[in-house]
Amino acid sequence: MSSVSAAPPAPALVGAAPIGARRPSTLVVYRWELRKLVSQKRTYLGLGLAILLPLIFVISQLVRGHPPRGADSIFASEIFQSGLATPVLMLTFLAPFFLPLIGALVAGDIVAAEDNNGTMKTILTRSVDRGQVFAAKAAAAMTYGLIAVYLSAAVGTVAGISAWGFHGVRTFSDTYVSAQKALLLVFAANAFFLIPLLTVVAIGVLLSTVTRNSAAAIVGTLGVTLILAIVSQIPGLEGLHPYLLTTQYFAWQGLLRTPTDWSPIAHSAWVCALYAVPALVAGYLVLLRRDVTGG
Amino acid sequence: MEDGPAPVKARGLVKRYKEVLAVDHIDLNVRAGDVYGFLGPNGAGKTTTLRMALGLIVPTEGTVELFGHDPMREGARALEGVAGFVEAPRFYPYLSARKNLELLGALDGGGAARRIDEVLEVVELAPRAGHRVGGFSHGMRQRLGIAAALLRRPRLLVLDEPATGLDPAGMRDMRQLIRRLAGEGITVLLSSHQLPEVQELCDRVAIVESGRVVYEGALADLRRQGGAGYRLRTSDDAGALEVLRAQRGIVQAQSGEHGLSFQGEESDVAALSLALAAAGIGILALTPELATLEDLFFRLTEQDAVAPGAGAAGLGGAGAASIEPSSEPLVGAK
Repeated sequence: MSSVSAAPPAPALVGAAPIGARRPSTLVVYRWELRKLVSQKRTYLGLGLAILLPLIFVISQLVRGHPPRGADSIFASEIFQSGLATPVLMLTFLAPFFLPLIGALVAGDIVAAEDNNGTMKTILTRSVDRGQVFAAKAAAAMTYGLIAVYLSAAVGTVAGISAWGFHGVRTFSDTYVSAQKALLLVFAANAFFLIPLLTVVAIGVLLSTVTRNSAAAIVGTLGVTLILAIVSQIPGLEGLHPYLLTTQYFAWQGLLRTPTDWSPIAHSAWVCALYAVPALVAGYLVLLRRDVTGG
Repeated sequence: MEDGPAPVKARGLVKRYKEVLAVDHIDLNVRAGDVYGFLGPNGAGKTTTLRMALGLIVPTEGTVELFGHDPMREGARALEGVAGFVEAPRFYPYLSARKNLELLGALDGGGAARRIDEVLEVVELAPRAGHRVGGFSHGMRQRLGIAAALLRRPRLLVLDEPATGLDPAGMRDMRQLIRRLAGEGITVLLSSHQLPEVQELCDRVAIVESGRVVYEGALADLRRQGGAGYRLRTSDDAGALEVLRAQRGIVQAQSGEHGLSFQGEESDVAALSLALAAAGIGILALTPELATLEDLFFRLTEQDAVAPGAGAAGLGGAGAASIEPSSEPLVGAK
């Protein structure tokens, strides 16, 4: 076979109406962004770790045979009492760095990878607008973050229950909640943790759009969270703490008090919006006006 | 050809990167049904111009319209009926050829999905449809790029160096495909370094040099303006040269290794043959030789070859014809 065939009989290459008159919905573009993620090996790296870490934790505690002494989290001393303490403790461990890292891995890559592959021009010469592409990519990266969080929570929950049973747990207020309610709280705590996590993803998508370089965007996203974490440790800057993104990583703990303390969660919602909305708007505007070169 | 807005109409396109002026007030007029060659040396601004035309790059100045729609203002809507690629076509290496086309078909609104088998057959990639594009050769990606373009049933096909990386048979087949597409009524905007390919396929051309159009118009007109040359062999070349130099309307007469060469209009050549006969000189061969596109291209784009008598072509008088870059009569658009 040489190359391009021109031999008749051949199908008509020109139709009555050219394709492109019907534009796809953003949902279609979003689905394909997910399919692209599913097709890439690197996608499974973060998810694999999200599965592995809770398993390692449960196995190591089973091997040790007793709860950690002097633990500063009530759930650390509770893990042998109820399997439902495990996902809460895991969220406490993974929230400051690991889960933001997983979010940054995909968010930092999702736009820049198109530039690296040269495929940005391929998709932008079809029937989709840049705004649709940006929205679909941001939504896909956020979906990935959501899946990573709940996958980790699900594995922690199942492993914890398998090891220590389905029992009620004590809350931060030293009150006791039933197993059913504790399970609901685990689900809700992870849902509220998604607020700051998706903010990290929004920052990652912005950096991915601006830098056009996956590594720079991933490192940059983690850099932002690390700098904020360092700021939170500097004496004299305590006044900034309520407004730091890293502080919002633990807002979900308000759920585990009796009565439920909604104020940190509400505060987290608007503080995170102050980070996420400008990041998303800026990323959208950058992609809208930027030159697509290379490839 | 069909009425309505022109497939491509660019006016005063400028692209400046800081101090570098990549595109300098380019006007283009691609008419419906054209196979339009877009020529220029590397770095002349061809790809930048095509990217602006497809809405990938924001022009510093000027406008471009595709079938009357501005891609910078109207986005994807302006690309309706337009397909193609700039530089090498790029795909997702971790997806198969079919999955890549399914993705692109979905991004076209889904209507193209049922045509995937058809276009894969056209470019003879059907047997490799399930293989990942990451393992494809450059030529296979070029063909997949054509398939992706055909998926949109385009009315305007923009092809940037489509034959690059193809073997000779592949290049031949690519030319046949372009000819076939043009035959089906698709307007083709073809950027190419393959001058014989452009000469063979294109009816109109734009030649760019340093970001400026130095010629836009019919290829036939360009070749005509490049000068009609003739090669002559006679029974007495020395005597014939004297007749040539004395004959009205005959210019650039000279003797060479392979006989005589000169330039002139057809009517003057007819008079010349009578004059030679009257002088008792027999004509052994009188061959018209039009300047090739390559001759003209180099004369338009290389300053050294522009000077009269430079003889870039070396084909009798044809090579001596001078075409001044940017000369007003040659730029049809202006």
